[in-house]
Amino acid sequence: MTPLGELARLIRSKNAGPFELTFDIMFEDSATYERVKQSGMVNREAVASRYGLPADKVKFFWCDPACAIKASIPRPYIQGDLLDSDGHGGQQYAPLMDIQIP
Amino acid sequence: MTSSASEEVRVLAPNGVLGSGFLEESFEKGLAQKPHFIGCDAGSTDPGPSHLGSGEPAFPREAVRRDLRLMLLGARRLKIPLIIGSTGTAGGDPHLAWGYEILKEIAVAENLQFKVALIHSEQGKAYLKKRLAEGRIKPLDPAPEFNEKVIERSSHIVGMMGAEPFQRALQAGADVILAGRASDTAIFASFAELHGIPSGIAWHAAKILECGAAAVVNRKSPDCMFAWLRKDHFVVEPPNPEYHCTPQSVASHSLYENSDPYKLVECSGTLDLTNSRYEALNDRSVRVTGSTFAPAARYTVKLEGAELAGYQSIVIGSVRDPFIIRQIDDWTTRLIERLHARVKQVYGDRMKPDQYVLNIRIYGKNGTMGPLEPVKEIRSHELCLLIEVTAPSQEIASSIAGIARHQGLHLPIPEWSGLITALACPYNPAHLDRGAVYRFNVNHIVEPDDAYEMFPTEYFAIDGATQRKLPQ
Repeated sequence: MTPLGELARLIRSKNAGPFELTFDIMFEDSATYERVKQSGMVNREAVASRYGLPADKVKFFWCDPACAIKASIPRPYIQGDLLDSDGHGGQQYAPLMDIQIP
Repeated sequence: MTSSASEEVRVLAPNGVLGSGFLEESFEKGLAQKPHFIGCDAGSTDPGPSHLGSGEPAFPREAVRRDLRLMLLGARRLKIPLIIGSTGTAGGDPHLAWGYEILKEIAVAENLQFKVALIHSEQGKAYLKKRLAEGRIKPLDPAPEFNEKVIERSSHIVGMMGAEPFQRALQAGADVILAGRASDTAIFASFAELHGIPSGIAWHAAKILECGAAAVVNRKSPDCMFAWLRKDHFVVEPPNPEYHCTPQSVASHSLYENSDPYKLVECSGTLDLTNSRYEALNDRSVRVTGSTFAPAARYTVKLEGAELAGYQSIVIGSVRDPFIIRQIDDWTTRLIERLHARVKQVYGDRMKPDQYVLNIRIYGKNGTMGPLEPVKEIRSHELCLLIEVTAPSQEIASSIAGIARHQGLHLPIPEWSGLITALACPYNPAHLDRGAVYRFNVNHIVEPDDAYEMFPTEYFAIDGATQRKLPQ
């Protein structure tokens, strides 16, 4: 088993507009990307459980030409709102890093 | 436009945000490839609601002036249009006026002659109320409640323009377009569509270009991107010889800051990248084919708005006592209760709990992720507390923050008897006044009668220090 954070070349989070957060999980090569894709460990449900959301609140995509996975969720607070803690949404990806991939 | 341009549209994108910088050498290399226009995005919601709310741009004036000067000189030298969208970060009227002032200063300093189009995107309250009453303002998902009261409370509401207002200004002969809030892609797609490039090619190339060199393999600092748009494909290549694009780097860029990497919704339709193919032309440039654009049944314009949330003061303090750390949730809850009680003592009925907001962030626990934080157990030997007060005036926020400092300093815990001092405050005075704070308050679309009604355009003939308003 290897944590996703060690297999990806980049895992990042970012605002997708003020109302959504989006995660990009990017791989150096298609072999690593395919290993993760085939493992079945990264999917809509896995992302939902990491962020305590129902699966239907998660948008999830495989992006083969980019060797990348994308997922988007509603922001817990609107960007810049009084209780928002991350104006650019840039530090919300850490819970994805330790998903274990066979 | 020459006939060859109909076969091919060449575009120079100096960088991803006006004011973020680019290398002059890269820009000159780009100009040497004879672009038909220069385009640059100057804004975003990413810097947050305070810019739209207050009218203040996010990038420094001098940094914007440096970039804009080089772009304007380059465009005038080649006699090609310069198209700027989302002027001054948020594209409201104060932002557009700010950008126009800088443009005029450059024209004076460099003695330049050109025709400029100012495309406004600030929306009048009467117009929005009319469209709302007609049921022609509709929520996206997710969206806050939007009604007449929200419109009334807003500092600024802008519409995000599509390609058409740019195209109208280009057809009117504008040499320079300074636009209010615009779809980043519309800046680039407008010219290309106008010159016969199919929409799928035009909008996908625009998506790459609007971020400058961001689609290269490893961008070290902001720089230029160049594209050749043709009838059935486009090619992108960074002018800076140290950078290169690969099919993967270009494909990856469609992920950036979008919630859906395959479908990008614009005013006039949806760009679909499901069947896009990316091929290396050589070791630096990539050819893209297969992107399509589905026209929308109804033209829509997205709104962005911001309103004053109040005035804020904060106290920063840290905790090292393990007894306090192990009961930090209880301690902060008790502090909030104490603060409300003390505010009531001081202000009586003049300041009710629903008129101000108290919030305590706990760094070392869940300060970064808040409710999304899956780790519940605190292992830190110290915590940083950020105590925030948001109130109807700065004076009140500042006063309540002063109360918070004192109450927090001495809030007891059962383990110690006698007066404790619970917070380490690094600053003196211990509280910081943050001024006005704003919130985004709309995520809706308008159904206008046409693509232009929300975006009135003014034209001026600039000749060095003189400006002459031209008829519409």
